[in-house]
Amino acid sequence: MFENIIKTLKSNKGEILELWMKNQLASSVITEDLMTNQELRKQSEELVNALVNNLNENSINDSQSPDFDQLTELLGGISISRARQGFSPRETGSFILSLKEALLEILKKENSNVNEVFEESLKLSRLLDNFTILTFETFIKGREELIMRQTDEITDISTPVIKVWDGILALPIIGTLDSARTQVVMENLLQEIVKTGSGIAILDISGVPTVDSLVAQNLLKAVSATRLMGADCIISGIRPEIAQTIVHLGIDLSQVITKATLASALQYAFKSLRLEVRKTALEAAGVTNQ
Amino acid sequence: MERIPILKMGPFLLVTIQIDLYDRLALNLEEDLVKMVEKTASKGVLIDISALSIVDSFMGRILGNIASMSRLLDAQTVVVGMQPAVAITLVELGLPLNGVYTALNMEKGMYLLKSMMDFNGTQQEDGDHSFD
Repeated sequence: MFENIIKTLKSNKGEILELWMKNQLASSVITEDLMTNQELRKQSEELVNALVNNLNENSINDSQSPDFDQLTELLGGISISRARQGFSPRETGSFILSLKEALLEILKKENSNVNEVFEESLKLSRLLDNFTILTFETFIKGREELIMRQTDEITDISTPVIKVWDGILALPIIGTLDSARTQVVMENLLQEIVKTGSGIAILDISGVPTVDSLVAQNLLKAVSATRLMGADCIISGIRPEIAQTIVHLGIDLSQVITKATLASALQYAFKSLRLEVRKTALEAAGVTNQ
Repeated sequence: MERIPILKMGPFLLVTIQIDLYDRLALNLEEDLVKMVEKTASKGVLIDISALSIVDSFMGRILGNIASMSRLLDAQTVVVGMQPAVAITLVELGLPLNGVYTALNMEKGMYLLKSMMDFNGTQQEDGDHSFD
C-alpha cells in the first residue's frame, strides 16, 4: 500500500516543490529580508530531493532510519543557520510544516479513495511531525549555543582589573553581581593584588543597575576577602537611589569605606598612600599670576 | 613533638608557618605564642601564612583567638601573605577574621605594626592617619 505513496511522491517531485514554495510564500510569516527567494528555493529543493529520494518501504515507518541521514543533516544545518540569522521559531517551524501540507495535497489529488488517503496521510504526517520536532530541537540548540557564547563573552569582558596607580587597583563592575560573577570578580581582583602588590582596591559599582541584599552580601564578601589579603577595599560609585535601597533594606555597610565617585575614592587612596596631586607652579614656567 | 618556631625580632614576634597545620599543632602554636608574648612583652605579632594553602574553619578560629588573646596582652596581631584561594575560602566559610590586621607581605606587615606603635598603640589602620 505504501509503495503507492512512494511512487506517487517520487513522480510528483516537481509539483511538490512548486506547491511547497507557494505555501511558503503565501504564509505571511516569511520575512523576505532574511533570505532571498532563490536561496529559499534552493534549500527547499535540496530538502524535497533528500526526502523523496530516500523514501522507501522501511524508512517511511521510521524517521530515525539511516536512509534519512542526509535529510536530518540538511534539516539540522538549515535550522541552526536560521537560529543564528535570527529567524523566529514560527518561521522555522512553518518551513517544514508547509511541506507536509504540500505532500498531503498531492496525495489527495492522486488518490480518490478517502480511506486510503487517510491512512497514507496519517503515515506521512507522523513522519513529518518527527522531522518538525527535530527541526525545533536543533533550532533551540542553536539559540542556546548563541546565548551561552554571549554569556561567556559578557563575563569575560565585564571584569577587568585596572591598575590606576602604583599600589591602587580599580575594578569597575558592570551588570548585576550574582554569585558566579562575584566569584570571578573576587578571583581576578585577589590575583591582581598579589601580582601587583597593591594595598588599595577600589570597587566601582556605578555600572551595577540595582543592589539588593544578595548583591550587597556578595560585595561584602569581596571586601572581606580583599581585607584578608591585607589590602584596603573602597566601594565607590554609589548612586543616590542605591544608597536609598541599601538603607531601606537595612544592609550594614558601616565597616566598608564608601565613596560617591571613583574620583573621591582615588583621592582617598592617594591620601592614605601619602601622595598629593596638585597643580604645578605657574611661575616655574615663566608665567606670573596676577 | 613538632612545634612551630616563634622568633623574636625587636619588639615583635615572628611566626612563619611553613607546613600545613593540623589541629594539635595549631593549638600548640596558640599556647606557645601567648606565653611568648607575655614573656617578651612584645607589642606586635606577625604571622606569615603565605605557604599555607588550606585553611579550615578551625584554623580561622585559632587565628582569631590568637589576635584576641594577644590584644589582651597589649600586642597587635598582623596576618600576612594570605593566598587568594585561602581568603575566598575563609569568606565563604563566614570567617572574615574581623579584629585581625592583615597585610600583603611581611614587609608591609612590619610597616603596619611600626606605624601602630608610633601612634602609641592606638588601634588605627595605617591609612587613617596619613594627613595632618
